Amino acid sequence: MTTYYLEFEQPIAELERKIAELKQASTLKNVNITTEVDKIETKIKKMQMDIYTKLSPMQRVQLSRHVSRPYTLDYIKNMFSDFYELCGDRKFKNDPAIVGGLAKLNNDTVVVIGNQKGRSTSEKLLRNFGMAHPEGYRKAYRLYELAERFRKPIITFIDTPGAYPGIASEERGIAASIAENLQRMMELKVPVIAVVIGEGGSGGALALGVSNKVLMLEYSTYSVISPEACSSILFKDSSKTDDVARALKVTARDMLDFGIVDDIIAEPEGGAHKDHLEAAALLKRSLIKHLDDLNKLSVTELLDNRYEKFRKIGSFK
Amino acid sequence: MFWLKRERKKFDTAVKRSSKVPEGFWKKCPACTQIIFSEEIQRNLMVCPKCNYHFRISAQERSDLILDEGSFKELYSDIKTGDPLEFKDVKRYKDRIKKLENDKKKSAVIVGEGKINGRRVMLAFFEFSFLGGSMGSVVGEKIANIIEDAIEENTGVVIFSSSGGARMQEGIFSLMQMAKTSAALSKLKQRGLPFISVLTDPTTGGVTASFAMLGDIIIAEPKALICFAGPRVIEQTIRQTLPEGFQRAEYLLEHGMIDMIVHRSEMKSTISNLLSMLAK
Ligand SMILES: [Zn+2]
Repeated sequence: MTTYYLEFEQPIAELERKIAELKQASTLKNVNITTEVDKIETKIKKMQMDIYTKLSPMQRVQLSRHVSRPYTLDYIKNMFSDFYELCGDRKFKNDPAIVGGLAKLNNDTVVVIGNQKGRSTSEKLLRNFGMAHPEGYRKAYRLYELAERFRKPIITFIDTPGAYPGIASEERGIAASIAENLQRMMELKVPVIAVVIGEGGSGGALALGVSNKVLMLEYSTYSVISPEACSSILFKDSSKTDDVARALKVTARDMLDFGIVDDIIAEPEGGAHKDHLEAAALLKRSLIKHLDDLNKLSVTELLDNRYEKFRKIGSFK
Repeated sequence: MFWLKRERKKFDTAVKRSSKVPEGFWKKCPACTQIIFSEEIQRNLMVCPKCNYHFRISAQERSDLILDEGSFKELYSDIKTGDPLEFKDVKRYKDRIKKLENDKKKSAVIVGEGKINGRRVMLAFFEFSFLGGSMGSVVGEKIANIIEDAIEENTGVVIFSSSGGARMQEGIFSLMQMAKTSAALSKLKQRGLPFISVLTDPTTGGVTASFAMLGDIIIAEPKALICFAGPRVIEQTIRQTLPEGFQRAEYLLEHGMIDMIVHRSEMKSTISNLLSMLAK
């Protein structure tokens, strides 16, 4: 995997390149560079700390979309065993922008469903940049019901710019497919946990998000509209994204303060893209804890808990 | 029609506000572009006599059209807009709201109970002139409230939507109203009480992708724009112009997304009959 760096990651990138060069030179000339490398690594750590404690909301949005960030299938590979992907909506087609299936979390079977983005150009196209058509949401719906029938907990991974805004999408009822998911998720008689792993974009994200617990990774974001789109609507100018991202309040911290999410999951230093395995391990630990809590609840408690959770969200006088 | 006489004055102001056409007597139809005598449109229930275009009407006009005279009792009008994000674009959100309230515009949705040919129902009427009928916390709360009231009182629910979608200025709170309203409808469904969703021009975004598409019966007004993503957004994405009639009520009917298209003059009797036929 070629490493991609965001603009604000460039100083770190430079130092990392330096280490790579040193290592290469040392193998050629057989010299000891340990102290030199250690020094640079300490410097990277400090620099990373500096940059990451001062991230602007828009930089966090960029991080949440980082192409090297682990996607749903990466987490599935690194957290679960025995994953069997289940495909298709049984009505029209299989939408690769949403994936799902049966998997084992430790020894327990769960149903996992998530938005899926692509990393290479061809995979990006295949996954439609993580923007699902109605079929994706109808596949999710089918898997929610499968989980309920066999009394398996549901874990969803949210990572999408939004549902696909296109002709085919509208023609086949994207609005209804999202609405039906919102409603059906509320009725599920099994524990449901949603994790925002990257970009939580609008209705297309919420259609996987009606759950007993909503968790967010440290550098993920959740928003009703992208800062770019909001900027062009409200300012008639798409360059105000820094201000708009700040105004929209989209970070994990904001969501926790607003009571929208229940827990923030720490990411490896420098972000989940720096260490997929560590990111998955941290998420797995948290998921097991939350699932244990939910498994103690009766069906009625699960349903009441989920209803109340969303019923009380609102800000008015 | 009695309500026309009663509402003439209100209508005239509404018409003046909503159109840029020759002040007062004449009005240009946005669909067929013909210039029509205002009074003729009003006599025709705010429907273009030439091309059948249904003009956007206010919540008040809508309730007068649908409900038995004097039967409407507004509820939850005391729930007022908050500003959870302290949002500011070119203007402060707070100031926008204050200005609307000073102009005697109350809310993006008016809810309450009323009677349709003697049958009690809980209702919501969107007010497009209030920030494009966008759904923020107040809209979500009012709608969830009347749905829960319907469950309590054993009545059906009728909602007339007209909305630009989620209220951006309330950020994530507005998004979550989609879940909240859909959740309340789930309880209504489990109780076997009917929800008739009427989509009027325009019904878009987060409103379409939540309660509006969850009706037991979904009715649209002729030629209403009904969509998730608006035509401009789609054109920007696919970089091509959209086919004629795309996302209009007739297109949705053809694609199986709605049950029927009903002319404004038939709306009351249709809803009344459907509610009575669904009654247990
Ligand atoms: Zn006309």
